[in-house]
Amino acid sequence: MRSRGGELSLGALFVGTLAFLYLPIAVLVGLSFNESGLPTAWGGFSTRWYGELVRDEEIKDAALATLVVALGATTLSVLLGTPLAFGLDRLRSRTLDGLVFVPMIIPDIVYAIAFLSAFNLVFTQKLGQQLGLWSVVLAHATFGIAFVAIVVATRLAHFDHSTVEASLDLGASELRTFLEVTLPQIAPGVIAGALIVFTLSVDEFVIAFFTAGIEVTLPIKIYSMVRFGVTPVVNALAAVVLGVSIVLVLAAMRLRGREEAA
Amino acid sequence: MRRGRVGSAALVSPALLWWAGLLVLPVGLVLAYSFFERGVYGGVVYDWTLDNYRRAWDPLYLGVLGFSVRVALESTVVSLLIGFPVALFIATRPARWRTVLLVLVILPFWTSLLIRTYAWIVILNDEGIANRALRELGLVEGSVRLLYNEFAIVVGMVSTYLPLMILPIYAALERLGPELVEAAADLGANAWKRLWTVLVPLTLPGIAAGCIFVFVPSLGNFIIPDLLGGGRRQMVGTLVQSQFLEARDWPFGATLAVSLIAMLLALVLMQAWLGKRSSREEAVTRAV
Repeated sequence: MRSRGGELSLGALFVGTLAFLYLPIAVLVGLSFNESGLPTAWGGFSTRWYGELVRDEEIKDAALATLVVALGATTLSVLLGTPLAFGLDRLRSRTLDGLVFVPMIIPDIVYAIAFLSAFNLVFTQKLGQQLGLWSVVLAHATFGIAFVAIVVATRLAHFDHSTVEASLDLGASELRTFLEVTLPQIAPGVIAGALIVFTLSVDEFVIAFFTAGIEVTLPIKIYSMVRFGVTPVVNALAAVVLGVSIVLVLAAMRLRGREEAA
Repeated sequence: MRRGRVGSAALVSPALLWWAGLLVLPVGLVLAYSFFERGVYGGVVYDWTLDNYRRAWDPLYLGVLGFSVRVALESTVVSLLIGFPVALFIATRPARWRTVLLVLVILPFWTSLLIRTYAWIVILNDEGIANRALRELGLVEGSVRLLYNEFAIVVGMVSTYLPLMILPIYAALERLGPELVEAAADLGANAWKRLWTVLVPLTLPGIAAGCIFVFVPSLGNFIIPDLLGGGRRQMVGTLVQSQFLEARDWPFGATLAVSLIAMLLALVLMQAWLGKRSSREEAVTRAV
């Protein structure tokens, strides 16, 4: 037997690590319900800051902009990433498989300046088109495609191709086979990928900051609230955004977990 | 397969074309800008020059690069020291618990980096929770400076990227099979020796992958040094940002970005060359 001491210290380290990882989240959620709004003094439980959050027109506009960007980026990522996953599954090229990971290792600041440079040169200087939410959508879809492709490709790796063969042999058309045999089986992967891209887009700050022009998304709003005068409303906003991310990611994990069990 | 390579090409080409236009071209443009001159009022003058790269060797900027590497290394080492035992703990739990514990570890990673980094400002400032806790424990009088320094940046990095260290090490331990891990972790005496002679060598690919996963995003991070370094300590990421948005020197900002990509690419290629690509991809697949 391993010493109980060793076992206990591993367990303690694990609990400590969880505390370390969740401390920032817990602190903000706690603070968002603090009447005084100050991190230094507990003024009693209150939903006051959530009330102010709901009444804040600028935050409402930023939330709407964020939603538009995330929906646009997610749609594009699914439309391009899903076929890519199917193609990767068929081609079985290690080079292509590796290529899909390239968009994920590029630092966001490099993406940000690359997009700004290219958009500025092509759209602003040549076409006289100002940057806005549309340019953030294009930028977010660029890494979103990779995430959808990877998640769907994992699903396809567990996919039983004989069901497709059977359907075709039984005389179903390719379209019907895709819609009624393939799609239902890979749908959880597509939805999981979509949820992940949606979450990433909602939370993404650096690239949006560089490519949004004069538009303001929620992370840009949060950044300016943090950098230039913190009001307690930011804590309530942060708690809401954290909650939304956690729910979406848990849903994505659930969808993916079922696939691994199958 | 019924449909041939033409069908497959049709499936992959929309995404590849998208990346050609929105990834390869923009990054190529940054590469090109790094060889051009800066205009008097910002912007880019299309005259070839190597001045930007010469300027990057200025001790001022080499210092920033050195500091970035140091912070990324410190974050990697701290993450490894915490991450390996945590991965070992999870891998030695009963099967039905492992998934739950892994989800608990990964979940914070998928929440907003900006918001969690802001939370560390609340925690680490002079009147923050950390300082009050230290005072309550009688460890300090007054307050210690925990924010706007190297310590704060490393805390932010580790709390962000630690899950990326734990996942590949856990995957490597899991692949060994529970029996081997148990056997190596058990047997009381000489646990340390067994750790070093069995577990560490056998999980080395996972450890290497975890180190790359933590080092790479730490090196180029912008938000963490920007918010927790308080503008006092620059890293490559914040320097690129200030060259683009404040100094309006796009060519030099581009040069710094190219240097950053070159370093990251060298690291990732080295990792791939070591033949651990499959384990790396598997681990990333798990993380998403």
